[in-house]
Amino acid sequence: MQMTGAEAVVRALELEGVNIIFGYPGGAVTHIYDAFSRSKIHHVLVRNEQAAAHGASGYARATGKVGVCISTSGPGATNMITGIATAYMDSIPIVAITGQVPLSMVGRDVFQEADITGATEPFTKYSYLVKNPEDLPRIFKEAFYIASTGRPGPVLIDIPKDIAMAPLDFEYPDEVNLRGYKPTYRGHPGQVKRMVKAIEESRRPLICVGGGAVSSDATAEIMELAERIKAPVASTLMGIGAFPGDHRLSLGFLGQHGIYAANRAVEEADLLILLGARMGDRATGKTQEFAQRAKVIHVDIDPAEIGKNIGVNIPIVGDIKTTLGELLKKDIDRHDWGWLSTVRAWKQKHEGVGDCLKGLNPMEVIKKLSGMVPENTVLVTDVGQHQIWAGRYYKTRKPRGFLTSGGLGTMGYGLPAALGAKLGRRDSEVVLIIGDGGLQMNLAELATLVQEGAGVKIMILNNGYLGMVREIQEEIHEARYYQTRMEGNPDFIKLAQAYGIKGFRVESQERIEWGIRKLLNWDGPIIGEFVIDPTANVIPILGGKDDEAHIRGIG
Amino acid sequence: MMKHILGVLVENHPGVLSKVSGLFSRRGFNIYSLAVGMTEDATVSRITIVVEGDSYIVEQVTKQLNKLIDVIKVSDIGNDSVTRELALIKVKANPKTRHEIVEIINIFRAQVVDITKNHLTVEITGDSEKITALEDMLKDYGIEEMVRTGAIAINRGKRMLKYGDKNKGGHENGNNVL
Repeated sequence: MQMTGAEAVVRALELEGVNIIFGYPGGAVTHIYDAFSRSKIHHVLVRNEQAAAHGASGYARATGKVGVCISTSGPGATNMITGIATAYMDSIPIVAITGQVPLSMVGRDVFQEADITGATEPFTKYSYLVKNPEDLPRIFKEAFYIASTGRPGPVLIDIPKDIAMAPLDFEYPDEVNLRGYKPTYRGHPGQVKRMVKAIEESRRPLICVGGGAVSSDATAEIMELAERIKAPVASTLMGIGAFPGDHRLSLGFLGQHGIYAANRAVEEADLLILLGARMGDRATGKTQEFAQRAKVIHVDIDPAEIGKNIGVNIPIVGDIKTTLGELLKKDIDRHDWGWLSTVRAWKQKHEGVGDCLKGLNPMEVIKKLSGMVPENTVLVTDVGQHQIWAGRYYKTRKPRGFLTSGGLGTMGYGLPAALGAKLGRRDSEVVLIIGDGGLQMNLAELATLVQEGAGVKIMILNNGYLGMVREIQEEIHEARYYQTRMEGNPDFIKLAQAYGIKGFRVESQERIEWGIRKLLNWDGPIIGEFVIDPTANVIPILGGKDDEAHIRGIG
Repeated sequence: MMKHILGVLVENHPGVLSKVSGLFSRRGFNIYSLAVGMTEDATVSRITIVVEGDSYIVEQVTKQLNKLIDVIKVSDIGNDSVTRELALIKVKANPKTRHEIVEIINIFRAQVVDITKNHLTVEITGDSEKITALEDMLKDYGIEEMVRTGAIAINRGKRMLKYGDKNKGGHENGNNVL
């Protein structure tokens, strides 16, 4: 079928089943936008291109589908980089489309030209600069395939303006043939056998789930495994939700800011089963001291992650769901020799954030929220203290129910990601927990919420500080606070009103439940500002401090 | 530290070389040398990379290279292989020294490819050590200019670095080589 490059872009997206894209127009993409105007694909006009990429990423995380974002050339494209890098670090499937100056002008530093394939090289799974309009169908087919298979990740397609205007004969390929890209889904049967043996021989097995367990949709298999082999389950920050947080075998999240029981279990375990967790530095602390007593089984679809950060005894390259499916067909049963009751005792350890005399206790707020939200709620966080508190004290019960920028730690991610999540799952409650700092980073996206009628429930934990840095200044720099006090914060209630959003403030403990109920019962976007004690810290004040010293290593 | 020679088959696309070399700088791997060219299959280029590092580094390099979608195959070319570099050396040579220099060159089985009243230009192929040895010998006469390629390497005998099922497309020499 004859059409223009721009029409081919839209047609390809339709054929990939895309019904929503996040973007911002500009000179190099007007032809593509003109083609969108005649399509059923819903375009979400964000206020900054960074939010387009975060929006697509939030959408992808909440739905499991590929998120799509688009921007113009030059600054539009460079603005998206932070969102693309955020998605890359968390292995989130997005396809980013950028306009480019006409091919004949590329390389001459013309107006709004940026080498975006070059600039995003370290943050994309793959990228294309389209040089021939006839390549568009194949490139789109490959891009969606690459983004969503194997270890998922962002793919960028840079489309010069003259390519968008050029005619082509559109024929969409049925399949992809990339000889350099053949992800392994099924774990090697010999290795799976070794895994069975290691499990049977273990006395203190521990399962640790990461983001790969979420993207592989392996919750049912992990649950069956944990119950059959009587192993407690810890999670990395990205793995939260892969195993229900309220399950009796759940230990919560481990690592530098993790839960005592989870870290203690890592220390004592004699078998550590890592499922789709890349064991980054925040999860392990000093790797020389990590899980010293344990034999390590690592299942991951990305062979490059196995053995990268910690030593592994039984490496298994494969998809979690597929590989555990094979494992569970075998006769594996273990008798528990008291390991579970030992672990259960560790779970009783009291942990907190300090006394909180100068404002609300954030732990209490989050625990109450956790107890009041419906089961299929999507909790989105920004980055900072509230993110860690949410990770520690909120019990995520469903996979894809906890969205956070785990790898890159991108402040400003929360609001646009929550927008994307809500637009992908209109029927689910989407709650955003965010600090006063992070909200102001992509504040303009409040307008996008209003424009889309996206009922994101925004809980600001306002301490008037960049709290995480403040805490580091307190711990490491002898409380010399510098550039962390947020002078000039706006009145968030009036700000909400200016956008036509309902806003309210909670300052007393008795009103916490009232405030949460108000957030949850409201139909449409709403902001609840919870004024918390600025001295509340992430590092548990009561107990566990010495025990956790070796995994903290802040900095 | 040990030197390892990696043979890397890649798609013959523009931009692939920058993806491969970018990976090395980004991940802090040291490249000792890198050479690239076409193969018997016009759609495939072959990069020979000499890396320095222990087995952990080589494993990481190999895995990260394999992760690149344009990389078709990576192989650690072991000792049972033929390795060659090429160097062109322009050395000072007057009528008095010329004869001596040519003798040295003959011993190395190198060739004179250009001659003037005051210079000889020598072409030599061989492994790294051989070229360095000739360079050392010629130093005394005064090396004015030298250019060296990176190593290329091929396994001896049956062992091959090949991608199976592909043999299409005609050669377009020089076109689109990365």
